Amino acid sequence: MNVRSSGTQPIRVEQDVVLARQTARKLATECGMRLVDLTKMVTAVSELARNTVVYGGGGDMDWEIIDDFGRIGLRLVFRDEGPGIPDIKLALTDGWTSGGGLGLGLTGARRLVDEFELDTAPGEGTRITVTRWT
Amino acid sequence: MAALQDGTLDAIKNQQSKLLGDWIGALEANGATRNLKEQDVQQQTAEFLRLILDGIRNDSGNNIAAPGWADTRRFLEGLSNSRALLGYDSHQTAYFIFALKGPLFTVLQDYYRDQPASLAEQLLSVSELLDSFAMHTIRTYQKTREAVIKRQQEELLELSTPVVKLWDGVLALPMIGTLDSQRSQVVMESLLQRIVDTGSEIAIIDITGVPTVDTLVAQHLLKTVTAIRLMGADCIISGVRPQIAQTIVHLGLDLGGLVTKANLSDALKLALTRLGISLAKV
Ligand SMILES: Nc1ncnc2c1ncn2[C@@H]1O[C@H](COP(=O)(O)OP(=O)(O)O)[C@@H](O)[C@H]1O
Ligand SMILES: [Mg+2]
Repeated sequence: MNVRSSGTQPIRVEQDVVLARQTARKLATECGMRLVDLTKMVTAVSELARNTVVYGGGGDMDWEIIDDFGRIGLRLVFRDEGPGIPDIKLALTDGWTSGGGLGLGLTGARRLVDEFELDTAPGEGTRITVTRWT
Repeated sequence: MAALQDGTLDAIKNQQSKLLGDWIGALEANGATRNLKEQDVQQQTAEFLRLILDGIRNDSGNNIAAPGWADTRRFLEGLSNSRALLGYDSHQTAYFIFALKGPLFTVLQDYYRDQPASLAEQLLSVSELLDSFAMHTIRTYQKTREAVIKRQQEELLELSTPVVKLWDGVLALPMIGTLDSQRSQVVMESLLQRIVDTGSEIAIIDITGVPTVDTLVAQHLLKTVTAIRLMGADCIISGVRPQIAQTIVHLGLDLGGLVTKANLSDALKLALTRLGISLAKV
């Protein structure tokens, strides 16, 4: 698997969520993603970036355009050094929220991408990797 | 504060290419050259070193606010701006300077091998100077980012939220742009007020111009619709494009309680039917 290009974008404040979406939209277009797939990926970014700001206390989004034997994909990592998620199973339950949200961000994002990986521990921050192939 | 000696100048000049090589090596090892062209990195490191040498040669002192350091400051401001736009964080940006410390200290240690007092003094002096430049870089970086954020905030809030009367009793609200929470609040308040003012029975919220419908946007829509209903009016959501509809399904959002239409004209037809108005060609 080859990395064609990569970068990092800070996600510190609410406005960065908008910027993260814009970047994802641009990258997905570059990958040649269809409109439906692009919309799904951008929506997942919106959810994960907002969680990074709201629950993770801010972090970064790493992006990579990858090439797996001709198959092009967009891989994004949302990482923060916040409190982490104490109960992963609970957090990945439709409708569960520790704040005032709808509790569908994590589960929804997982359904919107092809690959979803959650790495977190209490006090150790949170790292979520998502990939969508074209 | 002791000034930088001519010896330090000589030491740097004699070891210039090794110094640059080690510096770039340190930058690369820490990912501080990501997305930068190799030749840009070479040019930027060489330029900064040249500016430092000039500064020392001209006895500009250790206060980087002094006129002798004006070019160096300007160079770092440009660097910081371009890094901010490339998405580097403040740490990565300042690392450009911090990474020079190690290689530079090695050079000085070598040069002042037999003069421990001078070595200590020069190390401290160089270190202070570089720290000041790093701080200057961080401050500039922050200013750039704040300016970007402020401009975007203004752009978002500037988008007007017109409430249009389509028919007697039918209001339309075309939403355009990003529905961040602050704006949603403004939108909702103005819509509710207009419903009261006009005594309307049906409100159409058109989301054709909203590029992303995520769970936060959905939550705002649901709240708005609930408030409208509490006021005794009805609400139709229009402009739900196919890709948005599919995304909503995957998100697991239950919008079953909402009446939705693909476009504004379908929504208006439905509204008129509800009001008992039928249109015919004449
Ligand atoms: N980056 C994060 N750091 C810490 N906790 C998180 C993070 N992301 C999600 N969570 C936790 O998972 C829960 C579910 O998240 P999500 O599905 O997006 O729902 P919501 O944002 O509506 O609360 C959150 O309420 C929060 O407790
Ligand atoms: Mg969320």
